[in-house]
Amino acid sequence: MIPELGQFSLILAFCLSILLGTLPIIGAARGNVLWMNLARPLAAGVFVFLGISISILAYAFVTDDFSVQIVAAQSNSLLPMRYKLTALWGGHEGSFLLWTFMLAGWMLAVSIYSKSMPIEFVSRVLGVLGMLCFAYILFMLATSNPFMRIVPLPPADGSDLNTALQDFGFIVHPPTLYMGYVGFSVVFAFAIAALLSGRLDAAWARWSRPWANVSWAVLTIGIALGSWWAYYELGWGGWWAWDPVENPPLITWLFGTALVHSLAVTEKRGVFKSWTVLLAILAFSGSLLGTFITRSGLLTSVHAFASDPTRGVFILGILGIAVGGSLLLYAIRAPLMKSEFGFGLVSREVFILINNVLLVVSAASVFLGTLFPMVYQALTDDLISIGPPYFNAIFVPLMMILVLFLGIGPMSRWKRTSTTYLLQQVARVAVASLVIGVVLPLIVLFEFSLSATISVALAAWIVLTIAKDIANKTANKKSFAKGLRSLSLSYYGMQFAHAGIAVMLIGVGLTSYFSSERSVLLAPGESVALGSYSFQFEGSESMRGPNYIADRATMRVTRNGAPLPNLYPERRIYLATGTPSTEMAIDAGFFRDLFITLGEEKENDAWTMTVYVKPFVRWIWLGSIFMALGGTVAAADKRYRRLRQRKQDQAKETLTSMEPSVS
Amino acid sequence: MGKIKFYLPAVFFIAIAILLWRGLYLDTRTLPSMLIDKPMPPFSLSTIEGSPISNVDLPNQIFLLNVWGSYCLPCLIEHPTFMRLNEEGAIPVVGVNYKDRNDLALEWLETNGDPFTFSIEDLDGRFGIDLGVYGAPETYLVDADGVIRYRHVSVLDETVWQEEFIPAIAELRAESN
Repeated sequence: MIPELGQFSLILAFCLSILLGTLPIIGAARGNVLWMNLARPLAAGVFVFLGISISILAYAFVTDDFSVQIVAAQSNSLLPMRYKLTALWGGHEGSFLLWTFMLAGWMLAVSIYSKSMPIEFVSRVLGVLGMLCFAYILFMLATSNPFMRIVPLPPADGSDLNTALQDFGFIVHPPTLYMGYVGFSVVFAFAIAALLSGRLDAAWARWSRPWANVSWAVLTIGIALGSWWAYYELGWGGWWAWDPVENPPLITWLFGTALVHSLAVTEKRGVFKSWTVLLAILAFSGSLLGTFITRSGLLTSVHAFASDPTRGVFILGILGIAVGGSLLLYAIRAPLMKSEFGFGLVSREVFILINNVLLVVSAASVFLGTLFPMVYQALTDDLISIGPPYFNAIFVPLMMILVLFLGIGPMSRWKRTSTTYLLQQVARVAVASLVIGVVLPLIVLFEFSLSATISVALAAWIVLTIAKDIANKTANKKSFAKGLRSLSLSYYGMQFAHAGIAVMLIGVGLTSYFSSERSVLLAPGESVALGSYSFQFEGSESMRGPNYIADRATMRVTRNGAPLPNLYPERRIYLATGTPSTEMAIDAGFFRDLFITLGEEKENDAWTMTVYVKPFVRWIWLGSIFMALGGTVAAADKRYRRLRQRKQDQAKETLTSMEPSVS
Repeated sequence: MGKIKFYLPAVFFIAIAILLWRGLYLDTRTLPSMLIDKPMPPFSLSTIEGSPISNVDLPNQIFLLNVWGSYCLPCLIEHPTFMRLNEEGAIPVVGVNYKDRNDLALEWLETNGDPFTFSIEDLDGRFGIDLGVYGAPETYLVDADGVIRYRHVSVLDETVWQEEFIPAIAELRAESN
């Protein structure tokens, strides 16, 4: 009976979303304030009923209600409580409900933190989000009902959560990724609302910016968590595999990064307006495309959701109406937008344009590489596969060029910057970065490698240009501390995020080229050396976990003879399904990770195992944390909360937007 | 023209959407190579021991081409199968040491045994691109004329050998007789 209540609640949310997707938008078009004012309560209603619905589904998981199909498929009575709860998003239906619930959450946030925007605009934004909710819930009700029962004979126990998912990473990665993904729907809704109203001005950009920054920050963390999880759980020691399902979040992230920058130009300078709108649509399309690829089984990947063509057709329909419709709207409305300010060939506008071009080209090449095998097959009936070499060959050089400009961009000024001034600013910094790039890896790692030199030099370039820029900006203040206080939060956010790129670069560069590993067969008492580390196999024992049995090896680790903490890699057999699984043991460190994966048992208690040393691998994720912090700090800038300023702008913009400038 | 350009994104999107729609009805579960029924791509590389090697050195009979690496844990799982095939002289197995380090590769073969007629060294993965390799392990079945006839992605254990490769090889042998 209780799951049916969840279903009923989902249907109620569906009905409210129909109203939300229509009345406020019609109201805004006709100037009907009553209808516009329905937007906020309706958004709250959709949120509440989706909340009830997902809570009931969670309750079914927690209480082992195996009469519900997805509980039986994804859970088991032996499963620890935290995984019972999170098994909710272990499959297609539940994770889609989570996705929709998060959209409703963002929608509620917009309806709360939009008091200073005109009601006409808010009702359009919420209306667009309501349409998306409507489409998603319709999709669930029609093709993937999470509350489907197994009648009349429910199984006595569930078939268990995929063992690869029984891990902390699974608890945090999907919700964070969805949260970031869905956040771009909000920015998209802002863009569509602006297109609908024909009012694409600085105010629109300023309203969207905090949302774009926060979504971008959450998406950054979501992707980083996925990478970290893959690194320690999948056991390959890799942190990025260019998997077809990893790529859409990256595509969205690249568009999102371009959008965050281009919004800045639109807000400050009133240029790139139509381009910014297009980026908002593209970032959103990236997130929908990700859903489509994951759910339709279109591409072969490690992220296996059951493949079902009807679902694919449905999502493609949503994609077609949402993206196709908004691009059409864009085509009709964009020509009305007119950029008002000119700018010189060397100016911050141009540097951000370069940033945008590089990011969009990267996104397009990742997109191409991801879909090309399928496109090729669709056109020729032949099959082809594209692996990491393609992506690395294209993506890495593009990112290097981007980083070079990243150093110069923040130093340049709007409108016009003198080339000599810029050169003068960065000449010494460039030389210093090169020196650091050559010397530092030699000192730390006693080894020369061109790739390490390039990564370290580029990282130094970022850090030094940031330092130089801060020094310049505080130079004419009374004291350095006072100078620092005079800089805005959005400035700090930007520099923080840029510094994150430097940290990540070091991680990527050094891990990729200085990692070492050995696969060996060790009998108890034998040891293997890797660089200055030595791993001695003490022996293995059998043990029992809550829902698995395991063989656990004890490895004594030393560095140049000095003892380090022991490591205990495991080989588990999960009881419900009999699936074997490898649990690696990691000694994580700031400068290096050591980790061991256990292979198979051979004669005389000997085991095959692989030991890895990965220098600086943590920096990859540390850099992502920096970036996300930067995005959040920038969104917290008080500029976005300055009510009076806004009111003035609104008055001004209402006047100008009455008549879109015609060329 | 001024206004037409704003329709370009929509046009692009429609083209992509049509391809995606078409893609839904394609079978991508199996991952055959683009090179099925095409000759092995020409190569001129060296074996991991350092002697030069090219297409002419390939066996003049049906053989397996196995993509492996010392970093690849699943390769350890399929390794006994290749060892057995080699011991029984069932079929020659040529290795492609994919994006590995030479010293690690040699050490790996020393530890686990070397079932390969020889292993082609593909340090930077360029040969892998030509072959359309997704990642180690992968195994290709090549006929006596050097034409790729079958591709198996991921571990080739005894079951896969019995169920996929033995019939495929029998078919090839029947064809050539």
